[in-house]
Order: sequence, then structure tokens, then C-alpha cells
Amino acid sequence: MKKTSRRRFFAGLMAIAAWPTVRAYGQASTESVDAMVLTVTGGAKVQTGRVKLELPPFADNGNSVSLKVNVESAMTANDYVKSIHLYAARNPRPNVANFYLGPRAGRAQISTRVRLGGSQRVLALAALSDGSFWSATADVVVTLSACYDAT
Amino acid sequence: MTARIQVPASARRGEVIEIRIAIQHPMETGFRLDDSGRAAPKNVVNALVCRYNGVEVFRAEMGSGVAANPFLSFFTVAEASGELVFDWVDDQGQTGSERAALTVKG
Repeated sequence: MKKTSRRRFFAGLMAIAAWPTVRAYGQASTESVDAMVLTVTGGAKVQTGRVKLELPPFADNGNSVSLKVNVESAMTANDYVKSIHLYAARNPRPNVANFYLGPRAGRAQISTRVRLGGSQRVLALAALSDGSFWSATADVVVTLSACYDAT
Repeated sequence: MTARIQVPASARRGEVIEIRIAIQHPMETGFRLDDSGRAAPKNVVNALVCRYNGVEVFRAEMGSGVAANPFLSFFTVAEASGELVFDWVDDQGQTGSERAALTVKG
């Protein structure tokens, strides 16, 4: 058997040590977003479109990022948006907010300011009165993350 | 808790009006450390309801992902003159309330 050099051995050790962290950072909370979406939809198909999610492409400060969601809907008594859900996968608590509307809203549009714990893809999910679900994503690069600094 | 709300003073019947509310609240995430190094307990405004003449027109559930001094903007149809009442509560059970009058013409 070929003798493993000390350099190679340590390189291997580092790779093993880094593996779970890399996975946890990139995937763990994305999976939980899928689970959260599933509790809202109950397994119904989520279609892309009809929802417009506006976020700045670059955010200097993740502590306050302006966000706007608009859902294409007639907003009449029998065709309206029931709820809008926001998810940020890299936040320690990915479910940022849920908004419940009704036909009395007139327009399915919400604006707010969110915290983002790093550059990521934010998901907006809308539940319509006809039982369909629509979604949109927006990528945002965050220079200074919220949540992780101890200031 | 103080809040600032923006509701138009008057509107035409059937007009879609924008409502804005900004509440003064730290929206403590629970991850931030205070001066002594202890984690400050999570305390966010977790629920806000807007009622228009007693009928709920908007409700928000918020978590720590909403920025400090939460700001919300949403829409409603001006149907009748009356009052919009906003009620909210934070994790410590502190409640806040604000109201605005709206005159509907036509």
C-alpha cells in the first residue's frame, strides 16, 4: 500500500471536518423551507408566475432590506389572494412573515422591510382562493448580514 | 409602543387605498448578545391585525426576520366611512393599538 504523506493526511482531515458545515450552511435550512412550504400547500403543486417579488439585487445592510410582493389577481369576492408567505432560507428562522388578505384588500400587494442573514434566494409563496399556489424567487447579495454579529 | 400610520383622510367609494404602518419596536431576534455577553431574549411583534369597521381586512404574522421598527404597507378598498383599527402584540405580551378615521365620498 502506498504510504500517505502527512500533508495529504491533514488535507483529508480538513475536508472531512469541513464537509458537514458546508452541507449545513447550503442545504439544511433550504430543506426546512421545503417543509414549511409543504405545511402551507398540503402537497398541492406550486406554480411559478403571477407573483412578483421585488428586492434590491445588492443590499449593503442585511438588517433592513426593503421588499415588495405583488400578486396578479382580480381580488373579487370569488377570486382573491388568501395569503402571502415569505421565506429566507439562510436566515436562522426562515419563515420571515405570513400575510393574510381577503377580497377586501383590493390589491394583493405588500411592502415591508426584512432582515437577511446572508446572500440568498428569497421565496414568496401566494395561496389563492381557487386552491392554487404560486411562487416567485429573488436573489439578493447581502454585504453585511443580519443576525450573526454581536453588536 | 408608539406607531405611525398613514391612511388617506378621504377616498372615493370603491377606491383602493394604501395603508402604511410603522411600529417602534426593537424586534429583538434572540441571537443578539447584550453588553454582558448574554443573549437578549427574543421579542418581536408577532401579530398585527387591521380591522375596517370591525371587519378584518389584513393580518400579519411576523418573525425575527422582519427588520427593527417593523414597517408594513398594504391595500384595502374604501367601502364606507368609518374607522380602521390596528392591533398588535409582541412576544412579551405587550399590546399596541392605533386607529384612523376614513371618510368615503360618493
